[in-house]
Amino acid sequence: MPFSLLKYGLKNDYPFEKDADLPSPTELKKHYDVIIIGGGGHGVATAYYLAKYHGISNIAILEKGYLGGGNTARNTAVIRSNYLTSEGVKFYKESVDMFQGLSNEFDFNIMYSSRGQLTLAHTDSTVRSFRQRTEVNTHFGGKTELIDPQQIKELVPTLNMNPADMPILAGLWHIDGATARHDAVAWGYAKGATQRGVELHQLTEVTDVIVENGKAKGVKTNRGEVSCGCIVQAVAGHSSIVAAMAGIKMPITTYPLQAMVTQPVKPFLDPLVSSSALHCYVQQTGRGEMVFGGGSDPYPLYNTRSTLDLKESLLASAVEMFPFMANLKLMRQWAGITDMTSDYSPIMGLSPVENYYLDAGWGTWGFKSTPICGKSMAELVASGGKVPELIAPFAMDRFDKFRQVNEMGATAASH
Amino acid sequence: MKMMNCPLNGLRNISEFVYGGEVKSMPDHVTCSDKEWADYVFYSENTIRVVMEWWFHSPSGYWFIAERHTASDEILNTYDPSERFTKRVEFDSAAAVTEEKRA
Repeated sequence: MPFSLLKYGLKNDYPFEKDADLPSPTELKKHYDVIIIGGGGHGVATAYYLAKYHGISNIAILEKGYLGGGNTARNTAVIRSNYLTSEGVKFYKESVDMFQGLSNEFDFNIMYSSRGQLTLAHTDSTVRSFRQRTEVNTHFGGKTELIDPQQIKELVPTLNMNPADMPILAGLWHIDGATARHDAVAWGYAKGATQRGVELHQLTEVTDVIVENGKAKGVKTNRGEVSCGCIVQAVAGHSSIVAAMAGIKMPITTYPLQAMVTQPVKPFLDPLVSSSALHCYVQQTGRGEMVFGGGSDPYPLYNTRSTLDLKESLLASAVEMFPFMANLKLMRQWAGITDMTSDYSPIMGLSPVENYYLDAGWGTWGFKSTPICGKSMAELVASGGKVPELIAPFAMDRFDKFRQVNEMGATAASH
Repeated sequence: MKMMNCPLNGLRNISEFVYGGEVKSMPDHVTCSDKEWADYVFYSENTIRVVMEWWFHSPSGYWFIAERHTASDEILNTYDPSERFTKRVEFDSAAAVTEEKRA
């Protein structure tokens, strides 16, 4: 290794194009078969599977900022499939399965760590809903069990069993629950996609979508106009705004979601722990830092500012669960912008504009669906608009037909 | 702590308020199509500018309208809904229609 470093040191042009993970920026072409708006996990995964499985590589990913710099870098990297509805569980289960093989597939370590996820119930009604989730999950091949307080104590000895005077009655123990390095997932997909000929254009902002006779024809960017065969929109946090450029109105409301992390401590917490009543989830990263997250902010906003209110309420809950954490110092905080749908399920598939595909409404559940979302969107695009069965329930027009897929009870923090 | 000016109670802590959605014009619930009603209930502009919104002061149970910028979070104006809504919407008219049909 030191010798190869020395070799680089003595060369004028470093790094070499052939050794670089991502190719150097190029000029935008006049036309692409597929334009993907948004260079986050979902966008690059879609491009990757289009190139890998469908032989379509004349693709441009247009990213306003930098690769994986939006919500891909801002989520708390939880991977799980213990949802409530059959549609949801089936979808996220396939995602968990795909995540497990990604490091091998990329030849790039995404630091996938399968530690299990524990959700706590403090009321009888929650225990009932956990029982339902256990059955639905088991039915679709997931590993989920309902466990009692004694088992919880053995699993997480440091947990206060009576947080905020709400005794823990039972736990939903999701053995498949895991975490991974979110940036690495985006990098792995981008590397694989660009090796297959996909162009990733960073610092390229789409300023308008060209629609003629109800068909998407191309986009205007800060680097000129580009025509295309079809467009995939994958812009978590700004879905309504980008869709509006194509004249599409969406059933989305956008909220900030704040999270924070403490100084590192010795490993003591293996599973990811969340409480349905305290609206808080806690996990320890591989580096030993404690990550806290909760529900979205109480009102909509396009801003990643920090509020004291949320910090107070979230940390109060976290300290109730693990009292000794009161002595830890917060190291940093951040926020992501989440596009929430009213049924807590995503919006995937066709839009009112022909050749314009939507991948939106990912609220607080976007990262965990990255692989399956990319694979499904690629199938949709490659088939010219034939919606795969797996994502058919998530079509936007479910709101027009009053056929929502209600996952509200199964998000990590709220209940 | 962020404050909001409640038209009824004056400046209060933002945590006392509940967001109630964009102010949209409601289609006639008796005659409109399912699509129009779905549009009213679920879809929204959700854009970045000053938006007219419903807010609720929870302790006093009072609904009002606020004009707020959705990126800077600046609250420019708050006022009683009577400034915009002068007529009461009667929701029992649907029942009245079915009554008529029965008769």
